[in-house]
Amino acid sequence: MKWGLLLLTLSNFAFAADAQFSGKRDLNVSAIAMFIIFVLATLGITYWAAKRTKTAKDFYTAGGGITGFQNGLAIAGDYMSAASFLGISGLVYLKGFDGLIYSIGFLVGWPIILFLVAEQLRNLGKYTFSDVASYRLQQTPIRILAALGSLATVALYLIAQMVGAGQLIQILFGLDYEYAVIMVGILMILYVTFGGMLATTWVQIIKAVLLLSGASFMAIMIMYKVGFSFETLFSQAVAAKKSVSIMAPGGLVSDPISAISLGIALMFGTAGLPHILMRFFTVSDAKEARKSVFFATGFIGYFYILTFIIGFGAIVLLTNDPTYLDPVKGGIIGGGNMSAIHTAHAIGGNLFLGFISAVAFATILAVVSGLTLAGASAVSHDLYANVVARGRVDEMTEMRVSKYATIALGIVAIILGIAFEKQNIAFMVGLAFAIAASANFPILFLSMFWRKLTTRGAVYGGSLGLFTAIVLVILSKAVWVDVLGYKTAIYAYGNPAIFSMSVAFLGIWIISLMDKSENAAKEIAAYDHQYIRSQTGIGSEGASH
Amino acid sequence: MSQNIYDRVQANPKFAELVKKRSSFAWKLAIIMLVVYYSFILVIAFSPATFAIKLGEGVTTVGIPVGLGVIIIAFVLTGIYTQRANGEFDDLTNQIKEEARSEK
Repeated sequence: MKWGLLLLTLSNFAFAADAQFSGKRDLNVSAIAMFIIFVLATLGITYWAAKRTKTAKDFYTAGGGITGFQNGLAIAGDYMSAASFLGISGLVYLKGFDGLIYSIGFLVGWPIILFLVAEQLRNLGKYTFSDVASYRLQQTPIRILAALGSLATVALYLIAQMVGAGQLIQILFGLDYEYAVIMVGILMILYVTFGGMLATTWVQIIKAVLLLSGASFMAIMIMYKVGFSFETLFSQAVAAKKSVSIMAPGGLVSDPISAISLGIALMFGTAGLPHILMRFFTVSDAKEARKSVFFATGFIGYFYILTFIIGFGAIVLLTNDPTYLDPVKGGIIGGGNMSAIHTAHAIGGNLFLGFISAVAFATILAVVSGLTLAGASAVSHDLYANVVARGRVDEMTEMRVSKYATIALGIVAIILGIAFEKQNIAFMVGLAFAIAASANFPILFLSMFWRKLTTRGAVYGGSLGLFTAIVLVILSKAVWVDVLGYKTAIYAYGNPAIFSMSVAFLGIWIISLMDKSENAAKEIAAYDHQYIRSQTGIGSEGASH
Repeated sequence: MSQNIYDRVQANPKFAELVKKRSSFAWKLAIIMLVVYYSFILVIAFSPATFAIKLGEGVTTVGIPVGLGVIIIAFVLTGIYTQRANGEFDDLTNQIKEEARSEK
């Protein structure tokens, strides 16, 4: 129970719940200087990318010319959000070992993506994962459902990131919340509208390199202080906390169903996130797609090990240093999520604090850009080009639509970011993962691997999964109690995935088997063709090169 | 691409071989990952004390190397798959494509 809730809170950096603490901070000159350098550099890249972005393929997939290594870094960049950097190191700072449990949950979806979907996705798809899901099924209903699943996931994620961004920037730079949200929104619109996937990918790569270097430096300095001995690090942390509880699983996991449900949501939700799936279309072939996941898993795993060291370093460096403690509320200033930021200061003074703050901001910018591009593609490529115009649309019009969609999404994100400032949004990322695992993933997976899937099965079963996920989240503590104010939650577990994903798979299976229509027979017959392409890539060269 | 090329691929015994080898390899690795991860979760859910056992004289517990081990296993498994798929499986795929294109 607590386990799921903590994740939900964590994934939104828990700032929402703590909004009151976030008094503005003094202007940090080095942070602002470094941030301005980052913004100028990324705008330069956007200018460079804009000149190279001529066709729809350039816009959606950077022309398919990203290498496996670059894409691995960009995927890692998409995944290492400010939430995972600040949230997980903060959780390790507060709970020790329990923080590691979360990191592992976030990581283990990647091997599964590699083994089961990555190369098939590359071989079948063009711009969005709906291309794959609708490959042999009816375009209109499947595209609409997949686009809704994508937009729902993107919107929830985006609001969470915008609110987190506003609060983080307020604390780090002393800028007003509204200005911070508007600035993030405008920069993200610029990157995506002008530079498309190429700019988005390079912003992501630069940010990933900055974040990995900054976190590596912190971890090395911490290890240097303890003579590069984990035992010394742990024993000093235990001494600082005056408790050995940080060395073992704590109270986070009291209930196995919540634990497994969370594991399912993290593992299969990752394989249903539209902005992550889209990354597989930026590489040239299955070989590069596999390399992408290999490098991404390495970078993400390495990063989680760093956050673990940083969290323990924070325990040693901050717990008993009055500089970082809040005299009124107790604990460190700004709450556990600020532990990585304070640790940066303890290690490298104002200069390094500035660097890490700028990196945290860059992280948010990069992640929201990737999300917006995925959302805009669902609107322009799926809803407009393939549903409204039924495929009869020229590339330039489609691209123009995607740019309008980007601007519209950016404005909506700014408005919602401001509207949700004081709201409890802790459920949003959890819901995004649940929808991804319960609607997007089952349709995608079965369309690739199950011959007997039919349009009717996918549409009804997928909608059922989507609906179940939303209803169970509303009935869970995160919304029912924390937002709506009721006393006890109707749905007792932290995450709905174990039920909603099962409902989706079961629904799709039963309804597909019952579907004896003429269309169903055609769709089943088309499977062989699709399967050969998914396994060998024959035909994908023609479609994407 | 004509319908023919797909028929020729399907008729090629190498295609059946590729699919069989790759699927069984991919599923085996996926099952290893699932078993490792869910064993880790189940120990935490049902027997957290196991991970609290101390390794030696100091404070380091069993849970720490096990947890880090899961991260490393995830990475190593992706490496094993990528290595074999980008070599052996891709070679086989290329042979299949060649043969399908040349048999006009």
